[in-house]
Amino acid sequence: VAPWRVGIQTGNLLITDVSCFTLFQVTMSRQLHARRLEGIDKNIWVEFTQLAADYKAVNLGQGFPDFSPPAFIQEAFCKAVGGGCTMHQYTRAFGHPPLVKILAKFFGRVLGRDIDPWEDILVTVGAYEALFCSFQALIDEGDEVIIIEPFFDCYQPMVKMAGGTAVYVPLRPVSSGMALSSADWILSPEELEGKFTPRTKAIVINTPNNPLGKVFQKEELQVIADLCVKHDVVCISDEVYEWLTYDGAKHVKIASLPGMWERTVTIGSAGKTFSATGWKVGWAVGPRRVMTHLKTVHQNSIYHSATAAQEAVAVGFQREYDCFGTKESYLKQLPEMLHHKRLRLAQCLQSVGLQPILPQGGYFMIADISSLSDAQDEPYDYRFVKWLIKEKGLATIPVSAFYSPEHQKDFQNYIRFCFVKENATLNAAEEILKQWNIRELK
Amino acid sequence: MKAGRRVRDAIGQIQGAGAPLARVESAAAETQDARCCMTVAPQALRRCAAAWRLSGRSPAPPCSCSAVRMATFRHKNAKRIEGLDKNVWVAFTSVAADPTVVNLGQGYPDVPPPSYVKEGLAQAARVDRMNQYTRGFGHPSLVKALSQVYGTVCGRQLDPFKEILVTVGGYGSLFSCMQALVDEGDEVIIIEPFFDCYVPMVRMAGAKPVLIPLRPKSGMKTTSSSADWVLDQEELASKFNSKTKAILINTPNNPLGKIFAREELQAIADLCIKHDTLCFSDEVYEWLVYRGHQHVKIATLPGMWERTVTIGSAGKTFSVTGWKLGWSIGPEHLVRHLQTVWQNTLYTCPTPLQEAVAQGLQKDFQRMGRPDCYFSSLAAELEAKRDRMAGILCSAGMAPVVPEGGYFMIADVTALNQDLSHMQEDEPYDYRFNKWMIKEKKLAGIPMTAFCGDDTKRQFEKYIRFCFIKQDATLDAAEAILKNWSQQTSV
Repeated sequence: VAPWRVGIQTGNLLITDVSCFTLFQVTMSRQLHARRLEGIDKNIWVEFTQLAADYKAVNLGQGFPDFSPPAFIQEAFCKAVGGGCTMHQYTRAFGHPPLVKILAKFFGRVLGRDIDPWEDILVTVGAYEALFCSFQALIDEGDEVIIIEPFFDCYQPMVKMAGGTAVYVPLRPVSSGMALSSADWILSPEELEGKFTPRTKAIVINTPNNPLGKVFQKEELQVIADLCVKHDVVCISDEVYEWLTYDGAKHVKIASLPGMWERTVTIGSAGKTFSATGWKVGWAVGPRRVMTHLKTVHQNSIYHSATAAQEAVAVGFQREYDCFGTKESYLKQLPEMLHHKRLRLAQCLQSVGLQPILPQGGYFMIADISSLSDAQDEPYDYRFVKWLIKEKGLATIPVSAFYSPEHQKDFQNYIRFCFVKENATLNAAEEILKQWNIRELK
Repeated sequence: MKAGRRVRDAIGQIQGAGAPLARVESAAAETQDARCCMTVAPQALRRCAAAWRLSGRSPAPPCSCSAVRMATFRHKNAKRIEGLDKNVWVAFTSVAADPTVVNLGQGYPDVPPPSYVKEGLAQAARVDRMNQYTRGFGHPSLVKALSQVYGTVCGRQLDPFKEILVTVGGYGSLFSCMQALVDEGDEVIIIEPFFDCYVPMVRMAGAKPVLIPLRPKSGMKTTSSSADWVLDQEELASKFNSKTKAILINTPNNPLGKIFAREELQAIADLCIKHDTLCFSDEVYEWLVYRGHQHVKIATLPGMWERTVTIGSAGKTFSVTGWKLGWSIGPEHLVRHLQTVWQNTLYTCPTPLQEAVAQGLQKDFQRMGRPDCYFSSLAAELEAKRDRMAGILCSAGMAPVVPEGGYFMIADVTALNQDLSHMQEDEPYDYRFNKWMIKEKKLAGIPMTAFCGDDTKRQFEKYIRFCFIKQDATLDAAEAILKNWSQQTSV
């Protein structure tokens, strides 16, 4: 006999379980869930991926490739799986030894410094967990964390869950109507400086940026770095798309700027590097005295990530280390492949009357839909995206989801497309967009 | 050069400048390298920064005067992880990684997982879609398989999408429970001996762990079975109060191997209902039950489903601890809070691994109740190893406590009378014994006091935990060491 619920109120629960002819009245008069969950229960991915699945939409929404990972990485995984016993059992908590060693070598070369594989690196379950460990390790009640908008949506709830206060500073288009590239979206140094207070503990940057695709220039990072040093603030640098830059844009690691290694946690992702988002292998790299705290969080929450996946990623990185800069390198091939997909999608959007912002890096492109706007309750881009899924079978993501509540209303005229898709998908999307003839809607 | 002198002069104007300044000066003057300044004390750096400003120079030039740019690094860890940095596994796994040491310490098999499970993973990895993100709260085929298996075991319909969360190992489920349902100021009752992560997780959630030990039944000086260890009912009742948010139970228990009998669980259930508390039931070893014993799920007792989260593990079920997949099962009104934690911590688990576990579960679900079902065949295989392990521990003069379930066995080493006074004084006897045993006997276990609180250290420090889910060659090697124990013992 299944239990039935009567009279559920917020914070109270009244349940009656009828079984074995016994009746127990159970009333939980105090709050069930911990306070740290307040206000972080909504999640855009849960909502929109369900919708895309329900309507079987052509999915340019969530950011994952729908083409295969490169053969060498798939082979590495199969080999790891077929390997000895140890591949299926626990490995070192802070990262599988072959993986941390090659990451230290690889990023040591990129940064031009010695990185200690045992002290300076933590392997995590995706970059997501690296972000989580960073916030949990470093942010206390009352600490402020500066977040640059638009931001990958998880930063804000993670800051909140750690008891911190998010302080937002938006990237703004240089002048409206002319902002055709992500490079045209910039921070105002004065506005940024104004956000630093004695309570500021950290700033989160994401370059290349999701959803905008901006690749922060060295000078822009220097402004941020100067403020970090001046105010003694930690920098959490989410660089998961670091290899995906286009049109000659160069990815710069803020940790490489003077005075920054000591105070920066740099986060990366195997999923984005090797187009295998489902493997959930990521890492955080930084100075020992900071990393030790991330490790404490990790050992008390997850303990370690899957061994075989780490082994495969290690093999992948060794290969990339050996052929770095050559045309065999996947880190070179992938951006070249995506370069064209990006242009193609941009042209298609333009041809049907939407205004794309060409990204300098990353997986995504945003398009300005303000030509079609009207005013109503739910943010315009949310309504537009839902309509687009239901009526046209095309899934995208509303960009205001990447903004703080206070700035959402200013940025509800953009939707985000993921172009890291195989040609068949882009063809299908093109079909939908071309048939639609948006101009007629104006 | 000039820069350095100016800094030094400026600093000279400030009182309290001390020895470290010499290093600052030389660093600034010579290398202009930020790294040099890391060696300088924070106070000196603070004064440096002030000195720099006083000297009238504008903000540091781009290539560094490191002394100024390297401002005090005040970054301490967040309070929630204060004191949680020690970890017995981190301490002992590196020591035992020495290949000449017979490792019966950390709990993982050195026997291979079933081949169909490995093949399932290899196959899954070849499917493109399986290499990309899946549903955050659990891959659909896996949560459906879990709802079938556990629906049958619990005798109820389970909603795969609302009553199940897939996590990174049993560990991830425990963490999600704590973060979702335990608040600052709450109390959580933990039964000793306990899997060591329970206490730090409760503390990280800002709550107070309240410990209650299992003890040998009254009158028993030595115990030969984990069934001889029981809770004192009055003592248990006294631990519950209005602040108690949850009790955490582990059955079969790690490290003891005790399987809580129905009456024992009923007593706990009655208290949960009376005091309106939650129950987190860690049942990762649920299939490893030896003859004559039965695993009972506390969630199936009357009034308990609504207030219990039950935790399971693919790693322990299929001997693939390195896959780190586990699950939480419970009523929607509890599981949805775990899901909220999940979407804000990891978001999703690896896809191909989940697909492979789903396949494995489907296969064994068809065979449930039959001897060829892995859930039963593993237990049968381990029972023989258990008995063998108990025998060889005895032959060394140790007194093993034979477990009813799980893959660990504790052994009392008192009779060996091993003098360890020459070793580090402040460590409990079992830590010292284990270290000595690794060094002198090339055999590794885990000290029992890693699994208890400070108050019960005296009670537990004569036990070492041994893991017996090991291939025959490992057990042979262990046997060789243990049988020759008294011959090699040094005074």
